[in-house]
Amino acid sequence: MPAAAEAAVATAPMVPRPFRVRRRRRETADTWTLTLEPLAGEPVAPAPGQFMMLYSFGVGEIAISVAGADDGLLTHTVRSVGAVSAAICAAKPGAVIGVRGPFGNSWPLADAAGADVVVVAGGVGLAPLRTSVQSLERARSDYGEVTLLYGGRTPLDLLYRHELDQLQRRGRLGVAVTVDAAASGWSGSVGVVPQLIGGARFDPASAIALVCGPEIMMRFTALALIERGLAPERIHLSMERNMHCGLGHCGHCQLGPTLICRDGPIYSYEQLVSLMEVREL
Amino acid sequence: MTTVAEIMRDVPFFRGMPADALELVAGCGSNVHFDAGRLLFREGEAADTFYLVRHGSVAIEAYVPTRGSLVIETVDAGEVVGWSWLFPPYRWHFDAHALTDVRATAFDGACLRGKCDADAALGYELTSRFARTLIERLQWTQLRLLDVYGNAGGG
Repeated sequence: MPAAAEAAVATAPMVPRPFRVRRRRRETADTWTLTLEPLAGEPVAPAPGQFMMLYSFGVGEIAISVAGADDGLLTHTVRSVGAVSAAICAAKPGAVIGVRGPFGNSWPLADAAGADVVVVAGGVGLAPLRTSVQSLERARSDYGEVTLLYGGRTPLDLLYRHELDQLQRRGRLGVAVTVDAAASGWSGSVGVVPQLIGGARFDPASAIALVCGPEIMMRFTALALIERGLAPERIHLSMERNMHCGLGHCGHCQLGPTLICRDGPIYSYEQLVSLMEVREL
Repeated sequence: MTTVAEIMRDVPFFRGMPADALELVAGCGSNVHFDAGRLLFREGEAADTFYLVRHGSVAIEAYVPTRGSLVIETVDAGEVVGWSWLFPPYRWHFDAHALTDVRATAFDGACLRGKCDADAALGYELTSRFARTLIERLQWTQLRLLDVYGNAGGG
């Protein structure tokens, strides 16, 4: 790519940069993890919790949270739920995808130094928390108790099963996994993820919680955390609402007085408690 | 050796129970152990006990012909298993088996019902705690019925 074009791409946030699919791994029946490398230009360095806009050329663009960013490579876990996500999931190694970003704010891991951290994820909501979990494990001595609570629909719908197994085996973080429904053969927990909060080890006076999943799961999780004594301002949720431009210009992701792509996607429950009751925009 | 009453005091289910009521309930309790895989109770059998799980996990299951035993939910340390002892016809509606080695305190249902009949305040204490547990389990079940991880559509 000519240098002038590279510079234009770097300074034009609405222009997708071409990234090649280097690896593609199936997570579940409808969810894939893609590793992307830039065709040219500087590597992207998103912070944990930020999102990118992924563009399947000729199909469309969607917001996808960052599930990994190492050695200049981007990792995204995408669930096929519509035309664009299906096209991205179908992109095989060698295919080129447009990428814009990173956008949005990040998980407040710096605020958690020295404190207990409870990470609560539901379904594909584990993807935006994956890099944070990795950071928490790497810098384990910087934190108190660190616990990951993860819930999925069935055992076959759980993401990163191999990584979860390894995380449990290493034992540096507390890990509890539950599913909504299981056939015989599953020897783990059955129930919704907020039910795990009662048994999690953390000091509610100083802990922080990072929560991502379907909104209703996050709402029940926040209520369960509050019942354990955690203050609403210490509970952080990642929101998703129809992001389009990623820059706060188009207004599609407005939630009350806030634009999620610009001001979020991560908010404290204190900020969200009334906004989460907004039914439609 | 830790007494049943001392065990009960540390458990959310019994937290705040007046000391005299706690002692009355403790008088119906004894510590038990189940190896992993052992049944705590079976559907249709007389429900004469409830269990406070102190260690390990218990699966509540329903047997479905052609599909086998399906886990409805799991109950972990600090939680109680079984409320059919409290209401006629005092029969278990589901199976319960130990997923891991389980240490529990078993409370004799007939003993408790006798004490509750004789002491309305104790009956209220115990019934209100089971009602709270029932409501919580019902709410979690309702959340599961919503299938929140199902395909909500999107781009």
